[in-house]
Amino acid sequence: MLFRPIPPAPGPAASLRGHTLDVLGLGVRYGAFTALDAVDLSVQAGEVLALLGPSGCGKTTLLRTVAGFVRQDAGQVLIDGAAIDDLPPNRRRVGIVFQNYALFPHMSVAENVAYGLRARGEPRARIGPRVAELLEMVQLGPLRDRRPGQLSGGQQQRVALARALAIEPSILLLDEPFAALDRSLRLDMQIEIKRLQRQLGLTAILVTHDQDEAMSVADRIAVMRRGRIEQLGTPVEIYDAPQSLFVAGFIGTTNRLPCIVEGAADGMVALRLGDGTALTLPGESPPGPALLTVRPEQLVLHESPGPGRFPVALGLALPLGGQAIREARLADGTALRLTEPRLGAIRALGERAHCGLAPGARPALFPRPDPEED
Amino acid sequence: MSGAAALAAAPAGRAAAPARARRLTPWGLAAPLGLAYAAFFVAPLLMLVAVSFYADERMTRWGLDQWRRFLLDGFHWKVVADTLLLGLKSVVATTLLGFPFALLYRGASPRWQRVLLFVAVMPLLTSVVVRTFAWIVILGREGVVNQLVLGLGLAAEPLRLLQTELGLVISLTQIEMPLLLLPLLSVMARIDPRLLDASASLGASPWRTLFRVILPLAAPGLAAGCLLVFASSTTAFISQSVIGGGRLVYLPAMIWQQAMVVANWPFAATAAIALLVSVSAVIAVIAYAGRVAAGHAHG
Repeated sequence: MLFRPIPPAPGPAASLRGHTLDVLGLGVRYGAFTALDAVDLSVQAGEVLALLGPSGCGKTTLLRTVAGFVRQDAGQVLIDGAAIDDLPPNRRRVGIVFQNYALFPHMSVAENVAYGLRARGEPRARIGPRVAELLEMVQLGPLRDRRPGQLSGGQQQRVALARALAIEPSILLLDEPFAALDRSLRLDMQIEIKRLQRQLGLTAILVTHDQDEAMSVADRIAVMRRGRIEQLGTPVEIYDAPQSLFVAGFIGTTNRLPCIVEGAADGMVALRLGDGTALTLPGESPPGPALLTVRPEQLVLHESPGPGRFPVALGLALPLGGQAIREARLADGTALRLTEPRLGAIRALGERAHCGLAPGARPALFPRPDPEED
Repeated sequence: MSGAAALAAAPAGRAAAPARARRLTPWGLAAPLGLAYAAFFVAPLLMLVAVSFYADERMTRWGLDQWRRFLLDGFHWKVVADTLLLGLKSVVATTLLGFPFALLYRGASPRWQRVLLFVAVMPLLTSVVVRTFAWIVILGREGVVNQLVLGLGLAAEPLRLLQTELGLVISLTQIEMPLLLLPLLSVMARIDPRLLDASASLGASPWRTLFRVILPLAAPGLAAGCLLVFASSTTAFISQSVIGGGRLVYLPAMIWQQAMVVANWPFAATAAIALLVSVSAVIAVIAYAGRVAAGHAHG
């Protein structure tokens, strides 16, 4: 365990609890480019919310506006219901862990952590014990006199975290904090940051373009695109019930099967795939061309044909731990990816099989987009 | 098949090449410059030291007469002090004007940075002689400054700026400014802007950020710039003679006078060594201060 639990004592830690963040109609423009377009967002006290999206979607601009580095053109930012729009960054008490950690290279670990306390004019007698306590919390006590340049990436991140927590921030902003860590360390740090955030009851916003990171760390995810929030929900909601084709494609692996909706009645939709296979699914959709988005684990291979099954030619199988990702191709050429148990019957490349939906699978159906859309 | 053969052969060839190259670098490559330095810098310097130990100006016998004459006369000490003070004043003036310019440069967009860099190096595109004579036009009795001061009624009499140390420091500030700015701007541009964001987010005022983050990180560049300005303005023979005139005596003018007018080479050599030693001593102090301010962080 990288972090030691801190006793839930009254005092500094207690004041971290219970801060809410509200963003109302926030708009930011850079010249002709709209970085944020009337964004509304409410983050509950003690919640980790991930802003997830491709580069240029506005997630970093939203973070920088909350921190006060970017001045919005419209809308408001409220912490605990009070507008902070007129406060400069140094009076907002928003803690930030930067992507490259932005540690002061000319100061020791302890001086970095003490920086915010000194800036706030804390008495010297209080700074020493507080820095020791924070370094103990991130288990960096023995390295207190090192320079940031002498630390590993994971250690630097823990210094950055201790430095941000030193000022007892009302909101903790994490700007792609795991991007510079290697894979195994990344998972450790994700778990530990999450644990620390729970212990302290911190409200945190995590900016990331990595869906796995958002899924594992966040309580809720806001998927952003072109300056807007495309969908806001829990990781499970976002994964299982994507509200748009963009969200379906951005989160997880998705197969897109072109189809024609032939009719809908009683909460069931009848549709026909490109190769003529007829399917009936729960849901609603207007008749016409549509796209069926199916997760790899929602598809099953069968030896024999049957209703709702369509023939596929099998491609490569990539073993990934307990299961394999299998590539397959429909008769009309549409490429598919599906998961199959690695220990089951090993099928050969080029073999033919019949593919159907797994029992209980509820793939999402979207009207077919304009050609220039994603 | 031939591709595979080439691949197999490549590592062997690559392994052989560095072995040959390593024997050449770096001493071999530095040898031409090193020999040139030895022949045209170290050797003359040793000759200069030797010449200063001639007792008489016709250089017929050895003795410490010239050194005794230089060190025992208070006037010479005053010239040394004036020269060093002139350098320090130039350093202070260029820093006070140049550092805010460097802050502006740091925050500017890449396009404006190019414009500001051009402005900073522009004085270097003109010869020192031309710049010095331009300052005569500006600072003279009938010059631009005095016309302005008299026109605005700020003074009844024209200010005396030429042949004063104030006028000399003003013109040296402009003439030496690029030497301060070039190293300073390159260091400034390398400061990660996120460090300033981090400082602000931790509650630091802009002034605290300036003194606790920007200044320490810029210290190596600032120290390098100050060194260059100091070394250059203490030895700025042309500006010192043309703007300072005959009333203000600095070591370079004294050396020139002894060597070329009085033809006392031993004494000129003594003064030259005094200039070299005193300027080097101050430079060592500035360099040390720069390292301390940077907190030994950049090693």
